[in-house]
Amino acid sequence: MPLYLNDEQAMLRDTAKDFIAEHAPVKHMRALRDANDQTGFSRDLWKSFAEMGFTGILIGEDNGGLGLGHVEAGVVLEEIGRNLSPSPFLATAVAAVEALKGTAQAGKYFPGILSGDTVAALAIDEQAKFRDSVALKAERSGNGFKLTGKKQFVAHGHVADLIIVAARTAGSADDEDGVTLFAVDKGAAGLTAEAERMADSSLTTRLDFDGVEVTADAVIGEVDAGRDPLDRLLRAGRTGAASELLGVGGGTMDMTVEYLKQRKQFGVLIGSFQALQHRAAHLYSEMEVARAATLRAQQMLDSGSDRADEAVSVAKAQAGLATMLAVQEGVQMFGGIGMTDEFDIGFYMKRQRVLAEMFGDANFHADKLARNAGY
Amino acid sequence: MSDLETFRADTRAWLEANCPPEMREPVRSDKDAVWGGRDQSMLSPAQKAWMDKMGARGWTVPDWPKEYGGGGLSPAESKILREEMQRIRARNPLNSFGISMLGPALLKYGTEVQKREHLPKIARGEIRWCQGYSEPGAGSDLAGLQTSAEDKGDYYLVNGQKVWTSYADQADWIFCLVRTDKSVKQAGISFVLFDMASEGVSTKPILLISGYSPFCETFFDNVKVPKQNLVHEENKGWDVAKYLLGHEREMISGMGLGAAGGNPLVEAAKKGADTILRGQIALFEIRAKAFNAMSEKFIDDLKGGKAHPAQPSMMKYYGTELNKSRHELMMAAGGSDALEWESERSNKGSGPRAWLRTKANSIEGGTSEVQLNIISKRILELPS
Repeated sequence: MPLYLNDEQAMLRDTAKDFIAEHAPVKHMRALRDANDQTGFSRDLWKSFAEMGFTGILIGEDNGGLGLGHVEAGVVLEEIGRNLSPSPFLATAVAAVEALKGTAQAGKYFPGILSGDTVAALAIDEQAKFRDSVALKAERSGNGFKLTGKKQFVAHGHVADLIIVAARTAGSADDEDGVTLFAVDKGAAGLTAEAERMADSSLTTRLDFDGVEVTADAVIGEVDAGRDPLDRLLRAGRTGAASELLGVGGGTMDMTVEYLKQRKQFGVLIGSFQALQHRAAHLYSEMEVARAATLRAQQMLDSGSDRADEAVSVAKAQAGLATMLAVQEGVQMFGGIGMTDEFDIGFYMKRQRVLAEMFGDANFHADKLARNAGY
Repeated sequence: MSDLETFRADTRAWLEANCPPEMREPVRSDKDAVWGGRDQSMLSPAQKAWMDKMGARGWTVPDWPKEYGGGGLSPAESKILREEMQRIRARNPLNSFGISMLGPALLKYGTEVQKREHLPKIARGEIRWCQGYSEPGAGSDLAGLQTSAEDKGDYYLVNGQKVWTSYADQADWIFCLVRTDKSVKQAGISFVLFDMASEGVSTKPILLISGYSPFCETFFDNVKVPKQNLVHEENKGWDVAKYLLGHEREMISGMGLGAAGGNPLVEAAKKGADTILRGQIALFEIRAKAFNAMSEKFIDDLKGGKAHPAQPSMMKYYGTELNKSRHELMMAAGGSDALEWESERSNKGSGPRAWLRTKANSIEGGTSEVQLNIISKRILELPS
């Protein structure tokens, strides 16, 4: 399989590009922020994502979805990133769908995701820096379980219809095994959600599970064997975040290069200065490499390669690093106006920071690779 | 099974049966690379066998047409062959400037006679080529070259000097840029081929900071070059030169991938690195693996006709800077062991010598700064 989009994927990209640029450009995000929106995204937009078929990209045809793959999901996410569109797409249609795929819950939740009625949130993080540890406790209680503990950095957690919770049913926090994934419905008794506005204007939630009772049906997959669906969720989330980062970085780079061709100082276009040309060319190189790494990870996930995990870490880390360079160079090259709220580029910088932390930053993934390689 | 699956199974079986175990060992030094040429006395029996077996199938140049000694493989088949070779960590049977540089240029610009004469010998490793490009006064400003080729009817009389000619002292033939018109710059350059055994050709190795002499000064004193050895038209050599440079940059970018078989940097890290160095190596490995994906993508884009013509500049820039970083980290990880210059234990200082050699990566084939200029102008279309 060559490492570029095939014709169908390129068509989907064109469709997503036009649709998202028209319905959810940066000014859509700005308007939500200025209105002090408390949902974090537009439900109408989510509905229209469903009408376009986007929410069913990763859902199999037998479940009424399109049965496509991570490459296609990535195509949509890149446009979300490029337009800074607030959307539950990554958490719901990518990460949650992958976790639920092939489990008994698929039949329950996929119809709502396909129709754009269901929004999912991922209750994975327990600390400020992502770690592969799960301390939130799930204890047997009657026929079901009782969940006790805290989660944070949960996008859409305060409005989500479905919360996927990583909980500990055996062992201790850092153990690989003994994790169980639960599907918790909105409004569960004992669950409090405190929404926090993030630097990028998105809303994430601190969740407090105070003996939240769930039935045995809420288990995703098998008890104590939640590592499988959790890994699926993380792999999908990480590659998806890498794609969204490519959009953020690519959008920043395009705006910046365009500005270098318009802005004059000392009577000449600033893009004629070699000091800026070389930095722009270096940025281009980093972004291209990140793009290749991301596409490879997606293709490996889609083909079920046993080397996908490593490729996913490489993609998430490299996309995070390249995009960090993009937003830093962008703000610097725009000069004073890059610092103004009126101008969009600052939004890109803020979004990059949030996505870089999501599901583990570059250092986390570099460390993970090093451990796996034996050093 | 699909045709490609059959091809993969057949290829896997053939490689297993024919790739000697020695040729699956990591490349330790320059000496492990096989360059081919008239003098093959330096080759080990395994190197010779591997080169000959692969050459006989045309798999030293898998995607060249069969009639010129290639394997005639499709892009998808070539990719499978690369993957299967990587799977068993097979070394390249033959690395040569003929394969990576001259061949592609001849395929595009050569006459039928030139192709049939030169390409099969390149594919089988019979003739080793060197590149006559840089001159003392023409480095980054390559088109300022002065080596002259005077029209003498049925031959050119070539006079001048080249420098940084890699392995000129071991090469059999040279592809060379010469000036056929002094009144114009790029449009006065021609591309010619000649035998290094021709009268009037002499070479002088240059001792480098590594203690080795991979580069030479090359002198031409009234060298007669038959006119049929002109590639493309007279005064249009710059087109050939640029096209070939793209391929040279692709080849050099391969440095970014590191040596085939094993990862000495990871091995060094395992022996013990402090936490900060460990982190630096881990972050380096992210970039190296991402670049590995980029290299695959670049080949796919080229074969699919989707690569920007200036993309080799990006590959060359990134790959060489990466390789320099790799060797800096290897030196840091090796500590004082990595400083030994002559001991047997250090394989005669292969580590530090390789480290110093990489410093040329971002100079040869166009400096990093030249590549960044090309990306700025041709890809980003920034103003002059």
